[in-house]
Amino acid sequence: MTSGSVGIVAPQRARFTEPLHLACGRVLQDYELVYETYGQLNAARSNAVLICHALSGHHHAAGYHSNEDRKPGWWDECIGPGKPIDTDHFFVVSLNNLGGCHGSTGPITQNPATGQPWGPDFPSLRVRDWVHSQARLADHLGIDCWAAVVGGSLGGMQAMRWALLYPQRLRHCVVIASAMRLSAQNIAFNEIARHAIQSAPGFAGGHYLAQNTLPAQGLALVRMVGHITYLSDDAMANKFGRDLRSGSLELGDEEGAEFQVQSYLRYQGSQFSGSFDANTYILMTRALDYFDLAREYGDDPVVAFREARCSFLVLSFSTDWRFSPRRSREIVDALIAADRPVSYAEIEADEGHDAFLMPIPRYLQLFSAYMQRVRESR
Amino acid sequence: MRLDLTHIQRWIEPGTKVLDLGCGNGEFLQMLQQERNVRGLGLEIDQDKITAAVGRGLNIVEQDLDAGMDNFPDQSFDTVVMAHALQAVHYPDRVLDEMLRIGRQGIVTFPNFAHWSCRLYLGTRGRMPVSRFMPYNWYDTPNIHFCTVKDFEALCEERGIRILARDMVGNTERRPLLASSWPNLFAVTAIYLISR
Repeated sequence: MTSGSVGIVAPQRARFTEPLHLACGRVLQDYELVYETYGQLNAARSNAVLICHALSGHHHAAGYHSNEDRKPGWWDECIGPGKPIDTDHFFVVSLNNLGGCHGSTGPITQNPATGQPWGPDFPSLRVRDWVHSQARLADHLGIDCWAAVVGGSLGGMQAMRWALLYPQRLRHCVVIASAMRLSAQNIAFNEIARHAIQSAPGFAGGHYLAQNTLPAQGLALVRMVGHITYLSDDAMANKFGRDLRSGSLELGDEEGAEFQVQSYLRYQGSQFSGSFDANTYILMTRALDYFDLAREYGDDPVVAFREARCSFLVLSFSTDWRFSPRRSREIVDALIAADRPVSYAEIEADEGHDAFLMPIPRYLQLFSAYMQRVRESR
Repeated sequence: MRLDLTHIQRWIEPGTKVLDLGCGNGEFLQMLQQERNVRGLGLEIDQDKITAAVGRGLNIVEQDLDAGMDNFPDQSFDTVVMAHALQAVHYPDRVLDEMLRIGRQGIVTFPNFAHWSCRLYLGTRGRMPVSRFMPYNWYDTPNIHFCTVKDFEALCEERGIRILARDMVGNTERRPLLASSWPNLFAVTAIYLISR
């Protein structure tokens, strides 16, 4: 397999002026979505793939914004020429969700009613609000039916919701390391994250932008806890072990020592606190917590999936304990009972939940094999 | 294509739903989809085989047959096929029960351990037979429950499983009479169509 990069890409922006009625009852009069596209839309407009991002993701999924960029987009391992979502064949659309903090309308953009940033007053969102806004983006791009809607984690929830809300508008649904609803343990981790942000100095009830402060400590802590839960014990052992960054563990040495994992977590924490918006984090974790695929289908996922008309690929990773293989298995069993076409595999991987972003050969091979089928089933 | 698989096709109505237990790389299921237009689902545990089968455009779910199949509703498939996997599961009798709970009919194929060459091998050498059809040593074989034509039919009798049809395959295509007349001695592969 020869695989490459989509190269230099530039974000685009679409403005929507038709009011969007949100699940919470409020209405967004108009809004903007930032997105990137990779590859060419074919004449039949049948080769478009939508990428739905996870909790801290955004529109920049593949390629580079400039020659100076050190790191490519967040899912560059899976999107590009010769990669599973092969841009020689697919037209890939990746957006920053509504409520995000990377350019789409959200807590850091201006509330037209006040002229101030929305901050904590931005409407709370559900996964279905994202799906409806993504459908309008599809309209804007002239895409009636996606070849596939693809997402990992929170992105997988969006992909599943697509299959239920717009069954005629996707042929394949790819759900990676996801769940039909979060477990109590998962909600608990999200609550720790929100609490860390809300109790941090500088949070100012969410009005930190107006007051020119930042709950940086809270965001850093969120990232540190998040990082631990997105990895497995083995992955952390392999990556850091008990290696020291400085000092020593010699007896009689009062200075003490710093482990590699400590400095790594601190670095990740400080990076994140400078690049992610706290209100967006709260909004996105709430959307995660509130998501329950089958709630309005009598709590029966089999009834829910009977709405779907597409084929499904479900993937999980053996050491993922935030979105464990059992959660994926529940999706698969419901699809089987609903008599929907489904393929499933649990990929052996040490990397925990983060595995869905990693170049694990078996994962990429199976993902590629399925996307090959998506290509052929136009 | 393994010899036994081409035989099975005629028992499967076009356009029906087929569940293939231990579908391997999906060769058979793909043939059924192409030639009988079935709606197929394969279960497999080997990830490379899953990838190969998905690459053929098939629906494949990773599932260990020994861990049960209670995720499949009663009578949710027309035919449940298990080609050369019966001897590799922990509880062949339970798997047969499950096949006929999930499917209207079942198709089972297995290597007949009472074939004369096995008997001769064991009788003269006193060692577990190793052949082209059974290329494993006793200690590393996935085949942990070998049985014979007579064993299988006795189990069906005991469990109230009806044998609707059977097909015996000898070691050459030219002399099918031997295998069909004295299957327990001359059938290399036994193929059964069963139901409740």
